[in-house]
Amino acid sequence: MPTTAPAFADATASDSALRRFLHGLPGVDTVGLEARAASLGTRSIKTTAKAYAIDLAISMIDLTTLEGADTPGKVRALAAKAVHPDPTDRTTPRTAAVCVYPDMAATAAAALVGSGVKVASVATAFPAGRAALDVKLADVRDAVAAGADEIDMVIDRGAFLSGRYLKVYEEIVAVKAECGSARLKVIFETGELSTYDNIRRASWLGMLAGADFIKTSTGKVGTNATPANTLLMLEAVRDFREQTGVQIGVKPAGGIRTTKDAIKFLVLVNETVGEDWLDNHWFRFGASSLLNDLLMQRQKLSTGRYSGPDYVTVD
Amino acid sequence: MSDGRLSVFKTYKLYVGGKFPRSESGRVYEVTDSKGKWLANAPQSSRKDARDAVVASRKAFGGWSGATAYNRGQILYRVAEMLEGRREQFAREVADAEGLSKSKAAAVVDAAVDRWVWYAGWTDKIGQVVGGANPVAGPFFNLSTPEPTGVVAVLAPQDSSFLGLVSVIAPVIATGNTAIVIASARAPLPALSLGEVLATSDLPGGVVNILSGKTAELAAPLASHQDVNAIDLTGADAGLAKELEIAAADNLKRTLRPQAVDTGDWSADPGTRRLTAFLETKTVWHPTGALGASGSSY
Repeated sequence: MPTTAPAFADATASDSALRRFLHGLPGVDTVGLEARAASLGTRSIKTTAKAYAIDLAISMIDLTTLEGADTPGKVRALAAKAVHPDPTDRTTPRTAAVCVYPDMAATAAAALVGSGVKVASVATAFPAGRAALDVKLADVRDAVAAGADEIDMVIDRGAFLSGRYLKVYEEIVAVKAECGSARLKVIFETGELSTYDNIRRASWLGMLAGADFIKTSTGKVGTNATPANTLLMLEAVRDFREQTGVQIGVKPAGGIRTTKDAIKFLVLVNETVGEDWLDNHWFRFGASSLLNDLLMQRQKLSTGRYSGPDYVTVD
Repeated sequence: MSDGRLSVFKTYKLYVGGKFPRSESGRVYEVTDSKGKWLANAPQSSRKDARDAVVASRKAFGGWSGATAYNRGQILYRVAEMLEGRREQFAREVADAEGLSKSKAAAVVDAAVDRWVWYAGWTDKIGQVVGGANPVAGPFFNLSTPEPTGVVAVLAPQDSSFLGLVSVIAPVIATGNTAIVIASARAPLPALSLGEVLATSDLPGGVVNILSGKTAELAAPLASHQDVNAIDLTGADAGLAKELEIAAADNLKRTLRPQAVDTGDWSADPGTRRLTAFLETKTVWHPTGALGASGSSY
């Protein structure tokens, strides 16, 4: 895939051209966006549709542990959970991936060999992204060498917010080049971008630079994925495919803890970009505690009894 | 009103997780006094309200069971203080609900406040009564201590809308459990007002959750709920109690059956029966250390 879609080759020719392009994107109707996201959140999804949504959501989870206290044992436990989320019910689908820090990628890869669950690794001085480009690229190389199938990079928000868009662009291009066959997810940290207009600009910037996925946030700041910012990013990937034919994935991350929330996001996907994205190749949830809630709801549907946290693993 | 003032009607609401939500279902039902005259609309909770209450109770359990017994006693005493300040309101609600005269209703409310104080005093004494050091043949200290069971669903008595209600809630939370209370279906107003008292008396949100509605509709999901540790069937009739007991057995819930002594006016001395109904005994063995040549480690 070319790093920049031909239709937009001019836009990325220089810093000023890129700025002109990004600032030329239509402004976001904040009230309309939030109202649309809220109204789609009121859909009632029940019975068989709910069972389908729960299984789909489980299969879309990037089961994540990004703590300073991560140990190889914890990563292996998480990997086991990703392969068999509910050991009492083998019909439960696998999660999409396990998401860890680069130094744990080898452990995760060894634990997931042959399971079909992918290894995602954050890189580029996650979560702040405040490091020299060389350091970031080395971080990515390490993760890929350790067996990561997917790389979650953070953009340089400092450069983005001060208007140095080309720097952000070139950094993403450089990271993409290091990824090789690994898919690249670009994290914008929407909670730090201040405005919806900035989120739209960041989305386009990421897609132009060759992201395979655009991802809302790191989960390390106050505001993470919200229905509104995810809807905005879904609109961006929809428009991008219309204009270039290239499909890009979306990954909301952080703050999605309940089945109800997850189903709201799936409704957003279905209503905004349609069934093409209702697949774990194109849509993911970055989450950890969400999986337990999905499993409890799944048990409720299959047994008719409400389940409790004693019946799922503590992680 | 003779002075031309329009009265302000009270919207009775549930008490869940320290907040006052309406029923998730949006339903209400008419509550009448003992003669059939309309009093107010009460929320008719659904199984989802019950589920939310379980989540709130579970969340509150760690903090409440971990609080010192002394602290729990202080908070329960504070509840009694708040009840004392609203005696007239409760007396009016009890008189309406149970068809009592003003003076009799006032006496019932006084008895309920006294009952609450009585249970408040038990928080830091029950351990000495039902726990203790056990003599064992070996160089060990062997200590048994009572521990709270966990989240308890309480079916409040149907007839005694306030004294009976207090008599089933206070012992459950005094020992460190958290409670989901299904108020009397016919007379829920004193229970819903009790929620307002609890909210203003330092009791952490979620320790007591009060639902009104059809008892059978709410009790069924609670009895089968995997995350409820015990159920008190006081407010269930014989048929419902049997059904609930079967559902509760499925997940090994601790169950308190309806007792013959719990019918009537609830004025008798309750004893410690209800306090111990929702306690587990934890026993620890602690080595005393090797005995020296003299036969003593000291």
